[in-house]
Amino acid sequence: MNLLEVKNLKKYFATQKAVDDISFGLRKGSIFGLLGPNGAGKTTLIRMITGIFYPDEGEILLNGKTFDPINDVGQIGYMPEERGLYKKMKIGEQAVYLAQLKGLSKAEAVAKVKEWFIKFEMQSWWNKKVEDLSKGMGQKLQFVTTVLHEPKLIILDEPFSGLDPVNSNLIKDEINNLAKKGATIIFSTHRMEQVEEICDHIILVNKGKKILDGSVNEVKQQFKENLYSIGLEQIPVSFSSSHFEVIGKKDNSLVIKIGNGFRPNDVLQYFIQQNANVVSFNEMLPSLSDIFIKLVEGTPLARQFQSVTA
Amino acid sequence: MNKIWLVLQREYLTRVKKRSFLLTTILVPLIIIGFYAAIIAISISGSTNSQKIAVLDEDSLFNGKISVPNGDQANYTFIQNETEQSFKEKYKTLGYSSFLYVPKLNIDKPLGIKLHSQAAVSLSDKGKIESIINKAIETKRMVAAQIDPEKYKAISADVTVDNTIDSANGEKKAVAGVAYAFSFAAGILIYMILLIYGMMVMRGVMEEKVNRIAEVIVSSVKPFQLMLGKIIGIGAVGLTQFGIWLILMFLLQLIIPVIFPGIFHQMAAAQAAQPGGQENMLLTISEGIKSLPIGLMVFCFVFYFLGGYLIYASLFAAVGSAVSEDQQEAQQLTFPIMMPIILAFVIMTKAVNDPNSSLAIFGSLFPLTSPIVMMGRIAYSPPAWQIILSMVLLILGFLFFTWLTAKIYRTGILMYGKKITWKEMWKWAVRKS
Repeated sequence: MNLLEVKNLKKYFATQKAVDDISFGLRKGSIFGLLGPNGAGKTTLIRMITGIFYPDEGEILLNGKTFDPINDVGQIGYMPEERGLYKKMKIGEQAVYLAQLKGLSKAEAVAKVKEWFIKFEMQSWWNKKVEDLSKGMGQKLQFVTTVLHEPKLIILDEPFSGLDPVNSNLIKDEINNLAKKGATIIFSTHRMEQVEEICDHIILVNKGKKILDGSVNEVKQQFKENLYSIGLEQIPVSFSSSHFEVIGKKDNSLVIKIGNGFRPNDVLQYFIQQNANVVSFNEMLPSLSDIFIKLVEGTPLARQFQSVTA
Repeated sequence: MNKIWLVLQREYLTRVKKRSFLLTTILVPLIIIGFYAAIIAISISGSTNSQKIAVLDEDSLFNGKISVPNGDQANYTFIQNETEQSFKEKYKTLGYSSFLYVPKLNIDKPLGIKLHSQAAVSLSDKGKIESIINKAIETKRMVAAQIDPEKYKAISADVTVDNTIDSANGEKKAVAGVAYAFSFAAGILIYMILLIYGMMVMRGVMEEKVNRIAEVIVSSVKPFQLMLGKIIGIGAVGLTQFGIWLILMFLLQLIIPVIFPGIFHQMAAAQAAQPGGQENMLLTISEGIKSLPIGLMVFCFVFYFLGGYLIYASLFAAVGSAVSEDQQEAQQLTFPIMMPIILAFVIMTKAVNDPNSSLAIFGSLFPLTSPIVMMGRIAYSPPAWQIILSMVLLILGFLFFTWLTAKIYRTGILMYGKKITWKEMWKWAVRKS
């Protein structure tokens, strides 16, 4: 059963169809990438899932039941892109306060905060104030406050911004850990290489509509262009074949596009017949970044305002 | 409910624990006490400051004798064998602070009386001297008109009217000045509370927005709960502050006589030295206070403090949510909220003079002005139906404005980087959810 099920969600603002009929489902324990250019409607979509906005139309099911923004907040941990903490408040108190707002009792909250502070080596921070922290340290604290109450659904909007590689990895490992323990994670970012690394499933949103949905591998297969790289001991002086065309050449390797109806074996056979020693042969799948650009390109960079008649 | 309580607790504790809270809470009463002490010190020292005034009486207006009224510490000395010109040069060196010159007078048209001094004479000193001269001239005129001054004194009347208030608990003596002072003070106090604590709410909301914590919080708490928790929490800070001030003032009143044992005695002595009529001023004031509906006033003060605070705090919260970062923007947006407060203050100053005028009645019923204006009227015991209507309207006003501002607040705190106008805020408020 899917942990989260979003059905035909719509949210129209005065000048924009921010979210226009989006549906998707999330398997329990999966890490889900929510991608899209700026202003595509990701934040609005997330705000509906977290109960901050009410959808105009459509349905959100959490654990098979209609999502109840008042009672289900304890099951959700949300780290917004525009995030921050009370600057003048002590760090320990602040983390406890945020956990209490999620429904934990004071004693539970204190115990959890201590546990996480030890895990992230933050024990000495308890009586410091947020204004004393660097940006990266603040992000780390923010992450802890997001996952502290063991939410079933964790929504992270650009979680790595402002983190150095060491802390990035720390958070990345923790995200994987949480997913293994059964938490479902929605991960919204513009950094495609992170999505490829972390996510099992992605959707791409543009102009309020879903334009792509599938596992990372599926998506790549869907957009592959039959490109292969072939490494040869020595490139034959002249060769031509109807099986493929050469797209690029670098040192002793070629990038080729295999023609319709032909298979990699046909290509290999051709080179073997030519007495050329094949050193390597790889399928070249498009990167998510390429796919993203391909799909979004051509649509205006900044989303235009449109009049809405709903 | 539980979440409002959590927010409330945080808002309350973070403010009360601040060093600046302790500082203002303890310093303000000390400053007030210091102020009083200074006034007392001045009033005591002022009465012992005696002046030496020389009198050159060419008309023998005073017949060589000036009857100094009670409380006037000035010392008049008659000068002989001098002219105005000659004495002008030396009165300073002879130790006189000023010198009064009375030329030959036409008793029907007394002109040319002059008071020479090195520096301008104070208004009260000038008044005293004028009254002495007037008395002397009156006496002369009476003699000229063949009226016996003694007889005149016997016939002239000086009546004071005692205003008693007839209430169920019997008669009470009313003292207009006391009701006036209390009304005015209560009105000003509410006015200041609305501004100071309203601004505090606004800054609190802006802090949440500027620090970008608003979205984090509203993912666990409804915006309305957050707003209400903040407003009530800061209101509780205000009540705490007042409570501490009351206790401190009570304690200081107990302590002052111990530290300065002679002070009340001295004050009483100073007052006794004042010219007649004011001799029992303290007594009059305490009697005046007794005449006021104290119970009603305290109840109304608490009620209007809470009601007014809740209304204006929700308005200030809405403005705070619409401001992104710019202090100047905040000032522009708060202006429309400040206007009714200032208007209320102006009506209140009218109402204490004329508590039953139609403007005062309107002002004390309209929810945006009633907290201030009604406090200005309350000491004059306005009709019960007006008080009740005003309170009902205040509660309705509070519910209405909270409902309205909650909608603005909900949208505003998640808006970044855009300058919000009143028109847009109005759109958010009336949009159905």
